[in-house]
This record gives sequence, C-alpha cells and structure tokens, in this order.
Amino acid sequence: MIRARFDLAYPEFALNVDLLLPERGVTALFGPSGSGKTSLLRCIAGLEHAPEGLLKVNDEVWQDGANFLPVHRRPLGYVFQEASLFPHLSVRRNLEYGLKRIRKNECKVQMDQVVELMGLRHLIDRRDPSGLSGGERQRVSIARALLTSPRLLLMDEPLSALDTASKQEILPYLEGLHSELDIPVLYVSHALDEVARLADHVVLLAKGRVVASGALNEILSRLDLPTAHLDDAGVVIEARVAAHDENYHLTRLDFPGGNLWVGKVERAADTLVRARVMARDVSIATVAPQGSSITNILGARIAGIQDEGPDRVNLSLAVGDHMLLSRITRRSRDHLGLTVGMEVYAQVKSVALMA
Amino acid sequence: MLLDDSNLQAIWLTIRLAGTVTLILLLIGTPIAWWLARTRSGWKAPIGAVIALPIVLPPTVLGFYLLVAMGTHGPLGQLTQSLGLGVLPFTFAGLVVASVLYSMPFVVQPLQNAFEAVPERALETAASLRASALDTFFSVALPLAKPGFLTATVLGFAHTVGEFGVVLMIGGNIPGQTRVVSVQIYDHVEAMEYAQAHWLSATMVAFSFLVLLALYTLNPSGRRK
Repeated sequence: MIRARFDLAYPEFALNVDLLLPERGVTALFGPSGSGKTSLLRCIAGLEHAPEGLLKVNDEVWQDGANFLPVHRRPLGYVFQEASLFPHLSVRRNLEYGLKRIRKNECKVQMDQVVELMGLRHLIDRRDPSGLSGGERQRVSIARALLTSPRLLLMDEPLSALDTASKQEILPYLEGLHSELDIPVLYVSHALDEVARLADHVVLLAKGRVVASGALNEILSRLDLPTAHLDDAGVVIEARVAAHDENYHLTRLDFPGGNLWVGKVERAADTLVRARVMARDVSIATVAPQGSSITNILGARIAGIQDEGPDRVNLSLAVGDHMLLSRITRRSRDHLGLTVGMEVYAQVKSVALMA
Repeated sequence: MLLDDSNLQAIWLTIRLAGTVTLILLLIGTPIAWWLARTRSGWKAPIGAVIALPIVLPPTVLGFYLLVAMGTHGPLGQLTQSLGLGVLPFTFAGLVVASVLYSMPFVVQPLQNAFEAVPERALETAASLRASALDTFFSVALPLAKPGFLTATVLGFAHTVGEFGVVLMIGGNIPGQTRVVSVQIYDHVEAMEYAQAHWLSATMVAFSFLVLLALYTLNPSGRRK
C-alpha cells in the first residue's frame, strides 16, 4: 500500500489529504483545476516539501517528520505535462539519462523493451529532440522515466498539452504500459474520459481535500459525487469478448451483469476489454420494450435517484452485480413513477469501446 | 619592428593578466551567479548590487580604496603580510586581485542571466531521473547555460584588457610587472611617441573587434529557432 498524508498551506491554497492507495494498477487523481491534484503529486515526488507529511511506499518511508528523502533518492518516475526533454541531448542520451544513474541491480526495465513498448525505434537516433512532434516527445519522456525502473510512476496530466490526434496516438501506449509493466501509476487528470480509459482506482479531489477514493466503477456509479454531474458521466464495464456474429458484424461482451452487443471487435475470445456506457445513453422502460431498435436492453433495479439541474435526474441502476448510470428528464421520472427499488429495463443506446 | 620589445612585453603581460583574471572569475563567478539566479534569500539584492558596483564607479574610486585596503596598514595588507606574502600594490598579484573585483560584474551578470533562463522544470526532471543537485548542475544547468559562459568569458577578458584607472592606482607602471597595454599607450602619448601609440592602439582596436565578432558569430542565442 501507499500511505500519503500531507498538510500544506499556501496563502491561496491548502492541501490536506490522508490517503491509502493500492500499490498496483493505475490510480487516477481526478478533480477540477485548483483541486490540489498536481500539488499532491509533487508532494509525493518530493518536488514540494510539505512541512507536515507522511509518505510510505510499500513499507519504505519517503517522508516522515523530519525525514525527507530528496527527489533524486526516490525510486520514482515523473512525467510532466510538457515532455521536458533535455534540449542539449539527443533522443538516445535523453533516454539514457536516468538509466545511467540507477544501480545495475535496480535495473528491471530494458532499453529495447521500452523502445518497443513506446514505439520509439525510428526516433532513437534523432540528434535533436526539438524536431519531434508533441506526441513523440511525450512518448520519449515516458520512456525516459520508465528506464529508471521506478517503483512508482507519477504522471501529471501527460496528455493535456497535446492535441486530440496526439492524445489518440499516445493512449494505446499508456494502456500497453498498464498491461506490460507491473509498475503502479499515479495519474493526474481532469479529463474523465482518460480516467475511465486508464484508471483502476480513483481519488476525487476538490479544494485540496479528498472527496472520495475507491475502485473506478464504485466512484463513477455514485450519484452523490461530482463525477455524476459531469456531461460525460457514466460507468465503465470490464467485459470479456464472448462471441462474434460474423453475419451482422457484431461482438457479444459478457460482464457480471449480463451481456452487450457492440460493433465487431477484432479481439480473440476471452480477451478483456473496457467499455464505457454514458449516463445520457441509457434510457429507462418500465415494461419490456417491444419493437425497439435498441439491441442492448438489460434488466435493472433502480438503486438511487438524484436531481440533476431543474430538468433532469440521474439514476443509478443495479444490473446484476454491476452498476450503470442513467440520465433522463425529470418529467419522464414522474410519468413513469420511478422510485428506488423498482425493477425496470435499461436501454443502452451506445457503448464506447476503449481498449 | 612595428611593436618593439617593451610593447610586446606589455601585450604579453596584458594577456597573462586578462587570462588569469578570467579563469579566476569563471571559477568564483559561477557559484555566485548560480546562487544569485536561484536564491530567494533577502541577500540577493544587496549582494547583486555590490557585485554590480564596478559598473557605475569610476575605476579610480575602486582603485583608490583597494590601494588603501591592500596597503601596509589596510586590512587586506595586514592579512597578506601576516601570511608572509608582503603587500600587493605595485605587483602583478595586486593587479589580479583588483581586476577580479573590477571585472566581476561582467562575468557574473551574463552567467546569472543564463542560469535564470534554465527552466526550473529541467532541473526537476533531472532530479526525478536520480540526478543529485551537483550532478544536475553539471549535466543540465551548465550545458544549457553555455552561451552565457561564452559571453562571460569574452566580456571578462575584454574588460580586463581594457582597464586603465584601476591599474594605474594599484599597479603603477612597472615594466613586465604592471605595465599593461593601456598604460603603455598612455606612456607613449606622454612621451609624444605617437607612432608607437598608434600601433599599440590599432592592435587594441583590431583585438576588440575580433573578440566581439567572435562573440556575435559563435553565440547562438541570436539565431535560435
């Protein structure tokens, strides 16, 4: 486990957190700007010295009372918003910068492996890193951090300085990271789609405090959290590729709450994929819909109802063991007489496959 | 011979003085400039101001106080005597000490500017890649501040070559010891040896032009992408 407790007070801003984080997978620090997520990350890295703090990473104390391990002695990798490549070094020398500074017996991540993983084969012999595109630069900087074989990888909105195309280019590499290397990641973001795509665990921050911390879906499906009010509110379903319908070019995904048909996925059976179901794409019927074009209709029980502005309400729905969110008009709720505990049908208009 | 032996001696002495001073200034100016560029201490302004004083002071003022301080009864003089070094005025060593102070701002300020231009992010990145503060300084800050070092070297050297007032106050006019080119030219003019003064002065003009030309050609800061 990673235990992080920090008290930091600036004239305009205070950070006050006490967290227990899993030492596996990707943990997203999510919140609006000014919520303290970057400050928290910098405190964990030691780039910011919180006078009051405790930081333990897998039983190793990085900060405690008067003890403060300086940044360069912490086995971490840090990826900044901008790639921050050293302009006076070639791409290869940039990659080697951290690698050269770790002890041989600490080295668990090989150059070839990372170059392959981040798709840098054709870039590594470039002399001047300033000629690289934004996405390429960020991939080099992620690779450079990985090559120190970090025991914790800290990423501070690594995609936010990139345009949409570069983001799409780099996301698969981040997902690959997730599955290829067993390095826990703390990922700061203010974009829910990135969090939904990458995170396993989410810490919600607001005004320097922790609002909630939990497994991705546990957080995304809660109506009382700010995530439920976002335009792109919705849940993530981890599903298994179960069957393909070659005739109609569809794929069936099985998940603990049932199954979903989606446009054909070019993946082998039993592969795990992540699908995102937005609250605005889920509508409700009280009787089994007849003659509907919607393929995915799931039996559900209403677990919670909360107003969302003057005209709409959010519902949380239990589909088997899984939760969904639905956003409908307040009028529909009243016309259908929806109440907590009611058995209904959730009609899923669209499913976004993420990996 | 266009430049006679005494002139060549003066040129050689000047180069030796400027070279020594520049080397010393790069060694002590670098940490001072780094500190000035990075510190948040309240001492930054007063120390910066003291270092910049020679820019505004008449060289004779600086020379006068150094003469007093380094003299037999001055604090520096007492120190050098107790160390068995004698007194510094009218020696080459005295000239070096005086020139180091006189040329200090011309080395420290370009270095400070160059260090201030090194982004904090680059230093943080290096630290996150396991580089200690000293390692970061040598592997990131110095290379990124390279243009500043070129400027500082050239300006420090050129300013020491060009000084006159301080030399006259501290060093006097001892051939081979303290008689540098600028003093030699003055002597020639006093003695109405205008031809000699011309050759030496023309050499200085050519030298200064070449130095500045080299500076503007080599320094990449003006033609960065």
